[in-house]
Amino acid sequence: MQSVWPRLEPLLPLVSKPIQYVGGELGAVVKDWDSASVRWALMYPDAYEVGLPNQGVQILYEVLNERPGVLAERTYAVWPDLERLMREHGVPQFTVEAHRPVGAFDLFGVSFATELGYTNLLTALDLAGIPLSAADRDDRHPIVIAGGHAAFNPEPIAGFVDAAVLGDGEEAVLEITGIVAAWKAAGCPGGRDEVLLRLARTESVYVPRFYDVEYLPDGRIQRVVPNRADVPFRVRKRTTMDLDAWPYPKKPLVPLAETVHERYAVEIFRGCTRGCRFCQAGMITRPVRERSITTVGEMVRDGLKFSGFTEVGLLSLSSADHSEIGDICSGLAERYEGTNVSLSLPSTRVDAFNITLAEELSRNGRRTGLTFAPEGGSERIRRVINKMVSEEDLIRTVVTAYTNGWRQVKLYFMCGLPTETDDDVVQIARLAHEVIRAGRAATGTRDIRCTVSIGGFVPKPHTPFQWAAQASPETVDRRLGLLKQAINADRSLGRAIGYRYHDGEPSLVEGLLSRGDRRVGAVIRRVWELGGRFDGWSEHFSFARWTQACADVGVDLDWYTTRERGQAEVLPWDHLDSGLDKDWLWQDWQDSLSEYEQDDCRWTPCFDCGVCPGMDTEIQIGPTGRKLLPLTPVGH
Amino acid sequence: MARNQPPANQAPVVQRIRLRYAKRGPLRFTSHRDFARTFERAVQRAGVPIAYSQGFTPHPKVSYASAAPTGVASEAEYLEIGLRARVDPAEVGRRLDAALSPGLDVLDAVEAGPGSLADRIDASRWRIELPGVVPDELRHAVVAFEAAAEVPVQRLTKQGWRTFDARGPVVLIRVEEPPSEVSDVPCAILDLVIRQVTPSVRPDDVLSGLRVVVGLEPPVPPRATRLAQGTLTPQGEITDPLLADRTGAVTGVPPG
Ligand code: B12
Ligand code: SF4
Repeated sequence: MQSVWPRLEPLLPLVSKPIQYVGGELGAVVKDWDSASVRWALMYPDAYEVGLPNQGVQILYEVLNERPGVLAERTYAVWPDLERLMREHGVPQFTVEAHRPVGAFDLFGVSFATELGYTNLLTALDLAGIPLSAADRDDRHPIVIAGGHAAFNPEPIAGFVDAAVLGDGEEAVLEITGIVAAWKAAGCPGGRDEVLLRLARTESVYVPRFYDVEYLPDGRIQRVVPNRADVPFRVRKRTTMDLDAWPYPKKPLVPLAETVHERYAVEIFRGCTRGCRFCQAGMITRPVRERSITTVGEMVRDGLKFSGFTEVGLLSLSSADHSEIGDICSGLAERYEGTNVSLSLPSTRVDAFNITLAEELSRNGRRTGLTFAPEGGSERIRRVINKMVSEEDLIRTVVTAYTNGWRQVKLYFMCGLPTETDDDVVQIARLAHEVIRAGRAATGTRDIRCTVSIGGFVPKPHTPFQWAAQASPETVDRRLGLLKQAINADRSLGRAIGYRYHDGEPSLVEGLLSRGDRRVGAVIRRVWELGGRFDGWSEHFSFARWTQACADVGVDLDWYTTRERGQAEVLPWDHLDSGLDKDWLWQDWQDSLSEYEQDDCRWTPCFDCGVCPGMDTEIQIGPTGRKLLPLTPVGH
Repeated sequence: MARNQPPANQAPVVQRIRLRYAKRGPLRFTSHRDFARTFERAVQRAGVPIAYSQGFTPHPKVSYASAAPTGVASEAEYLEIGLRARVDPAEVGRRLDAALSPGLDVLDAVEAGPGSLADRIDASRWRIELPGVVPDELRHAVVAFEAAAEVPVQRLTKQGWRTFDARGPVVLIRVEEPPSEVSDVPCAILDLVIRQVTPSVRPDDVLSGLRVVVGLEPPVPPRATRLAQGTLTPQGEITDPLLADRTGAVTGVPPG
């Protein structure tokens, strides 16, 4: 397969940050095209600087390339300056390793961590010469597969993708590879339709074209039914069990270009059962599966040695919850003491234990900032969202951070939560004032700060809030204004408080894409035609373009977002099985409305969310009782 | 606060090593910042005992001689590292070369003698390929450029557009004879020696100058390579800045 490099190279001096299109990363793999029987192009549909560090793509890339006969390369969204030149000079979407045209691969796998990447998918398809509409593709075109969290409701992009995979990808990509290899070896019998059918019959690959959606006169969905024999009524998510058996990434990609994360990241567990009702990630990744302390230790050792990174991130949805997190942190801190390796734990749990961990991890360096996520300003709203933190605990925790030498604390909140009143939001100001007042008293200094950071809440599929009405941008913006006033009402305290927030409008679009159905596809396409690109970037996002597109194709934005759904309504993703029992979700939604909290099944009995029996999985947690052994010389 | 004290003292520098390296092919698009980050990681992977600065955020001791612009290839970039333990320079060169991506290649490594690297660099030799430009067309432009006393050009800098003279620092400008192998696309080659001044005049500024004097417009972006950097001799030659260090010192030329 010919490289497009000779045609791309002359364009690079004309664009910004050309290095992002060059490849050459440590850890990149270039395989011989002709000796591979199955070829994947993997995409993270955002700029290289955001997409390259993505763990999901790095893991799948390595898992695939480890197999003989399988080739995987990566591609990212190109910036508009290069897109324009590529169109002018007829250069197709290319992979960064060998600069091969994406259209020549067998499979095109796209990882969606956020719905705002959908317009970038269309740019990539179009540049690759792949028809935007899946129905217009033939045997020459790659099979386009969506994965990542947004794939749990791929309906808005159902017309653009050939398939979607819900959940963990390690085993899924290998199974898909096997099916495609067998079909190709047999001479591609039955063409595209046949291979998609074979994938659909695994019951864990969703092929939208094999399902018909029927609507009620009022616009709600009547039902979604398979239109082929042997295609399952519901498609199941994938769960990778035993993370110790999948210690990826082993060879993390080390880019030449600067990216958002310059570190070796290791997932210390997957899943979360804290049960925050707004958190889709927590709901769809159950149950909790820990990676053992020893595997984490080995991965960090080998990953640093391979990459030369000097920063380690211990990832998960709530890292302080690992059953042996104390030993992991102190073990690693000891191992790297006196070297220039720094450790970080992106955990936001609000308790003193978190500070103990942070102290361990900052042995080598400065105490820059600590982040806590109470998410709601009043105790009432925190009961609604099941974020079990009392105000007393919160203040005590933050004050402990100040007295232990931290000068800057960041607090995360959400605005627009179900049942929220103006007062719930204004309470955030009171809380922040209290934190500063108590902090000043305890430390005897005025040199402490806190930053209040607020995100707009977006109801997500497969969560108890999937039925909830999203707050209108006007409501959100008004409450944020009230909050700002309240923070500054006390000049002395207000000066110590930073305030960061986002406008409500992008959240509304995210809401449309999150809970949309197939009819929303026309909006995405229209926005793209109107020039929509990089919608996750505030400087590229245009709310006017989205409302214009909705009007053009006759989609009612409010109906999809600010409308509360009833129990009986068929939701666009009901035929996609995350394991969560819909009745349990509804009960949890009702519990939320009556401010009733739900415990964590790791420490209290199973509360029957449905995932473990439904997906044939189980909680996998320690403690193993093992410790990290010191390494022989690390700091040469 | 006791806790906010800088970490323990860093080990002192006991040896300085100077490296010559190349930026080749696609990796010529590596910016200086990109290279610096990549180099620091390569140092980690290669296990070179680099020394660190003091302070809260200790930086590895690396200093660079003026770097070629992003997109310009180079056979002659220089840097100096400070080490906290003595190592054979050739061995350091080999290890770093192996740790860097192909295309970023270490060409020479010597122990630093007295004097600074920067003091030994006052000019560079560049080669610019201009695909799609006929050699005679270029010759014509060069003649006009040489004839001019001054060629004001503009460049966008962080402070906005700046105008400066591209002619003065050009010591030598000539059209090279085209390579013997024939190709259907003409490609003129420019040989340039430019003195280092402030603001620096780069190959693209000379190309701007050719546009200013005769309106030369290459159809595709030209490809520039720095061939040498060092001290300009009265004969117009450039002396390798590592030569002085090599005299008497142990040297090594690892395979490039
Ligand atoms: C690190 C991180 C970031 C980093 C790095 C992002 C990056 N380049 O990867 C930064 C800080 C940049 C970031 C930004 C954002 N993030 Co973030 N981030 C995370 C975090 C902590 C880890 C992600 C991760 O690496 N997971 C592990 C990997 C292995 O999982 P994975 O990518 O899902 O991949 C697996 C499967 O999904 C599947 N898969 C993935 N792709 C594909 C493709 C195919 C074809 C197949 C078959 C399978 C498949 O296989 C993989 C292996 O099993 C998660 C929380 C978490 N622990 O997951 C949040 C998280 C993913 N982020 C989130 C959000 C909201 C964002 C932002 C939108 C925030 C914002 N408002 O700006 C932005 C979006 C950035 C962008 N444009 O993409 C949310 C997602 C919300 C949701 N869906 O419910 C999460 C879950 C956090 C949360 N609890 O809210 N994020
Ligand atoms: S099924 Fe039970 S044990 Fe499994 S995640 Fe749900 S509540 Fe926890």
